[in-house]
Amino acid sequence: MSWLNAVIQGVLTGGFYALFACGLSLLFGVMGIINLAHGDIAVIAGYVAVLLIPATHLPVVWSFVVVVPIFAIGGYILQRTLLQASLDRDPFTTLLVTFGLSVVAENALLEAFSSNGQSLNIGSLIAYSFNPSTAISLSYFSLTVLGVAVVVLGSLQLFLSRTGTGRLIRAVADDKEAAQLVGVNYRHIFGIAAAIAFATVALAGIASGMYTEFAPTSGPANLLFAFESVVIGGIGSLWGTLVGGIVLGIAQQIGAQINPAYQVLAGHIVFLAVLAVRPRGLFGMRTSQ
Amino acid sequence: MSATPSSPAATARAATAAAPRNVTRSARPTAWLGAVGVAAVVVLAFMPSLVSQADTSVLLNFFILLTMASMWNLLAGYAGMVSIGQQAFVGLGAYGVLVLADSGVNPVAAIPVAAVLCAALSVPISLLVFRLRGGYFAIATWVVADAASLVVSSIGSIGGGTGKPVPGMSSLSPKSFEEVTYWAALAVVVCAVGITYALLRSRLGLVLAAVRDNEVGARSAGVRVVTARRIVYLVAALGCGAAGALLAVSQLNVQPASVFNVQWSAEMIFVTMIGGIGTIEGPILGTVVFFLLQQNLAHDGAWYLIIFGALAVAIAIWAPRGLWGTATGKLRVQLFPVGFYVGRTRRRDRRTEAPPPTPASPAA
Repeated sequence: MSWLNAVIQGVLTGGFYALFACGLSLLFGVMGIINLAHGDIAVIAGYVAVLLIPATHLPVVWSFVVVVPIFAIGGYILQRTLLQASLDRDPFTTLLVTFGLSVVAENALLEAFSSNGQSLNIGSLIAYSFNPSTAISLSYFSLTVLGVAVVVLGSLQLFLSRTGTGRLIRAVADDKEAAQLVGVNYRHIFGIAAAIAFATVALAGIASGMYTEFAPTSGPANLLFAFESVVIGGIGSLWGTLVGGIVLGIAQQIGAQINPAYQVLAGHIVFLAVLAVRPRGLFGMRTSQ
Repeated sequence: MSATPSSPAATARAATAAAPRNVTRSARPTAWLGAVGVAAVVVLAFMPSLVSQADTSVLLNFFILLTMASMWNLLAGYAGMVSIGQQAFVGLGAYGVLVLADSGVNPVAAIPVAAVLCAALSVPISLLVFRLRGGYFAIATWVVADAASLVVSSIGSIGGGTGKPVPGMSSLSPKSFEEVTYWAALAVVVCAVGITYALLRSRLGLVLAAVRDNEVGARSAGVRVVTARRIVYLVAALGCGAAGALLAVSQLNVQPASVFNVQWSAEMIFVTMIGGIGTIEGPILGTVVFFLLQQNLAHDGAWYLIIFGALAVAIAIWAPRGLWGTATGKLRVQLFPVGFYVGRTRRRDRRTEAPPPTPASPAA
């Protein structure tokens, strides 16, 4: 029974990972770049929420209403300035610049907030759970996050396939020069993609900050788990990312069931196994690039 | 396309054979630089008896970081592979020394052994991470480093998560311990820079330059791109393993959280970017700047990484050739000439030269 519970907890954790991963996947799909500061953005979102909650008098659980738009705007601005400047050099420079930003952000947070863990306390809301038996417990909060992940991925899919802006994003992702020839300002489109990516990862950061603790040094772990979800699911597949997140979550929970020290390692091993056996991921269409 | 023997390439070859161009490694004679380099190493070798113990220790750490930065520069600057997981080999090198010293090997003698073990381990790792490219390769190497750290931390006999002291050096007096570790570090850094220089002047250097300029073109000309990358990855693992082994010997203590810290990658990346990526001189200059900054900000905890990271970001965007490349760009100064320089034959020579042969006509 405890094993079944581990699998269920893994599925629920997968919702968090998918939420972390979809921005990473989107930015890579549109611009061909990896934002190595992706995990740190989630952490910054957590700290922004901590700072803003007393000022806005909002209930903690609604803090994302304020924080997510801030990060969407911040993402657009960062993309149009620093990231675009690095992208104009080459993707290699973008990689180094985002890594540099990640290290700067982590150490700045350490200076400002110390290395202690923080959390967003939503009180008793976190404790409600659905218990079909004594050994199995489904937290309503985790279920909500999984639902949010499904809704976010679904809306992103609909947005990309059905709306005009979504079509522009896909056009720019396919061939930005050709899109520019027909009058698309690809820099603006990149900015919109970055805004979406920053908004979703801020949402993920706040959700995980309510569920567990975060610290200035949590960024790399967020990034690695998001990345593993993307690769396990298959690069370029949004729904694959959800499955990848769930597979990663299950692997980690089963690892933790064997020995709490093996939780993260089990996820890494499943990731490396997928890389060895099926490098294009479970749902990847093309060869990995 | 007719397959006549006088293809443009053949014509060019014939012309080159008839009127040798002045192809050299550098625009200027460089023999004296070699002498300066040897003299610098000799002076550095006498440093422990010339400067204080604190300064010797700074120099030792300078050598360790320079070794790592040279290896990362080889990876990213010459082979185009951005690894953020070189701390895997730093950690494994450190633990290699710990395990060997635990079984009775002299820790200093264990340094090359640990480095070779790291190089051997890099081959299976490369089989996995080479399946991804660019940014995904970068994070995959990071995952491997994290996994290596977790595996090592779970082994109780080598200290688990808290680490363990390195035995076998207690018989040395503090002064001779300081000297032995210093000389070991100097030997490692000279080897690291020397091997990088030799590799880049070898056939591999040509292959890497061809891949950097046009990967598809190089591939279609029969260049074994993946093999070249794998050799570079292996050498970088060797160098970072040696640097980690030096850390273990000089600190006499190995902790997984410290030797597997991603901060090593951050430092080697920043140093290389600031000094000048894609030049051998760049990491040297970058490491000097790093230590000057760190010495002045050391009391301020994380601040030196914030300043250094911001500086690296600014340089990557606005001066991508780094301090060395920007400063020497027009002067063509190279301490380590690894490219080729096609000089014009001097006027005096040209006059005595035979008239250039008429290119063979395609019909011939």
